[in-house]
Amino acid sequence: MSIEENIRRYILENYLFTEDQSELDNKDSLLKKGIMDSTGIMELILYLEEEFKIKIDDDEIIPENMDSVNSILNFLNSKHVT
Amino acid sequence: MITSNARTIRPQRLLREGMIASAQRHPDKEAVVVEGKAYSYAELLESSLRLAAVLKQRGILQGDRVAIYMNNTWPCVVSIYATLLVGGVFMAINPQTKVEKLKFMLEDSEAKILITESLLEKYFLPAIQNIELLKGMIISGDLASSSVHESIENEDFNHVLQNSRPLQEPVEIIPNDLAALIYTSGSTGFPKGVMLSHQSMVFAAWSLIEYQRLSESDRILLVLPITFDYGLYQLLMAMKLGATLIIERSFVFPVEIYKRIEEQKVTVFPAVPMIYALMISSHKKKKLCFPTVTRITNTAAALSAEYIPYLHEIFPNALIYKMYGLTECKRVSYLEPELIDEKPTSVGRAIPGTEVFLLSAEGEPVTPGDTGILHVRGPHIMMGYWKNPEKSKEMLRPGKFPGEKVLCTGDLFRMDEDGLLYFVGRSDDIIKTRGEKVSPVEVENTLVGIVGIKEAAVIGVNNNIHGQVIKAFVSLDNGVELNDRKIKKVCSENIENFMVPSEVIIMKELPKTDNGKLDKKTLAQV
Repeated sequence: MSIEENIRRYILENYLFTEDQSELDNKDSLLKKGIMDSTGIMELILYLEEEFKIKIDDDEIIPENMDSVNSILNFLNSKHVT
Repeated sequence: MITSNARTIRPQRLLREGMIASAQRHPDKEAVVVEGKAYSYAELLESSLRLAAVLKQRGILQGDRVAIYMNNTWPCVVSIYATLLVGGVFMAINPQTKVEKLKFMLEDSEAKILITESLLEKYFLPAIQNIELLKGMIISGDLASSSVHESIENEDFNHVLQNSRPLQEPVEIIPNDLAALIYTSGSTGFPKGVMLSHQSMVFAAWSLIEYQRLSESDRILLVLPITFDYGLYQLLMAMKLGATLIIERSFVFPVEIYKRIEEQKVTVFPAVPMIYALMISSHKKKKLCFPTVTRITNTAAALSAEYIPYLHEIFPNALIYKMYGLTECKRVSYLEPELIDEKPTSVGRAIPGTEVFLLSAEGEPVTPGDTGILHVRGPHIMMGYWKNPEKSKEMLRPGKFPGEKVLCTGDLFRMDEDGLLYFVGRSDDIIKTRGEKVSPVEVENTLVGIVGIKEAAVIGVNNNIHGQVIKAFVSLDNGVELNDRKIKKVCSENIENFMVPSEVIIMKELPKTDNGKLDKKTLAQV
């Protein structure tokens, strides 16, 4: 499973509760679309930290890094997750 | 001869008058700053008058309901004041509301116009099907779907605003008229519309301003939804005072908010325990400090006494307010911030200009230290529930004087020798989670509506941060395969996120009492 598939599956299953891939576009703003709330973002961070063995600083939890599948992928890339 | 002029002191009777007066006093001052973009009082008044003119043209008369189903945005603020200027009743609907409930609210309230935003089209497009009384929609942003109902006229928010002329004069109404209808969860499973008059909302806003010691120079941060009455009053208070409201969509990205507090020199920070919990956990890793903030407030669920020392560190110059309230009267009590270290578990005394007392189930006064049902007396209490005289009668009891009503909250409290209040619990099975009242029946109805679920029981479980969280127990029809995730998904499609059970337990059979009723006492021990 690619990192992209992994992230998409996690968000679809845990926030949209679906397997329907069409429900999530990689560009969708998770915040504006109402997919992410305060508890959700904390769960996402924990998931990313465990799944990819990385440490995410509070300062890194910003929209540029976390607000869409694309931004999460870019962020993981910058953390050298492959 | 004495003529009326601008110097004459004009009393504030209607909710909109505070904003109008502020706009006249300092038109160029920042009224709101939405995600970093500032709008002056003159802009707010002008835009609201323009939208009010549109509403009038579309047939909104005194007392007509305008549904506002939106996130924390500039169009949302304008829509609230436009409705008030045209003499209408605004009905702010939580943007988490899903299709069925939205439809119920639109039907029940007989709203004539829905103002909303394209991001929510997934929910409102199906909800407006076959709603006869809804005459029009004003939508902010572009719709993705092309299949908009032809029967309902829909217009673009910015377009109508640009192409209309401001309303000449606000439509005349009096303080006894309805200002807002706020829906809250009802024990029967259907939400009830709390009717609030201008009189009661103006009174409540001034009472809050008084005890929070707010002034024109304050800069209040809003990260809570405007559709939540705690959020709504931040707007109402700021505009009355001629202060500035810093509006953010949510607290999802705390670091952004921290930057905003510094950059905008925020002085008042209203929040709920979950937000404070997140801040404290950040603070433990890396010190946070916001010296510009001079008051922080908490309601929705109890603020744990353990948080207080950390909050003193994060907000070294702030008074900390613990408060208690319910939509039916906006707010009940607050603890004087000077008492926070001495009485950390109390929610204080009645807000200025009001009275509270505890009565036993039989209606007798209780002695200090004993538990009783909280009753509230004052001009802030609701007029009743919309089209629901029976429920209104249950909550509004005959008061001290002929015709006077007192609010029987159904909340159990204890009062100490000094007259300070302590929350004990609910006298019914209503769950209080994240500051919202949730009726177990409503969640149970959603659960048994899922194909394959035979029975469902929902209870509230005490939780340090949310007050309570929702736990569901279900049994399934023979041969059905369903898991908790799938069940939560269906719930989240039908009810607001805060109503979705945080835990779903699938059991072979739900425990029953001797007379065959679901045994929630046993379930509470599972």
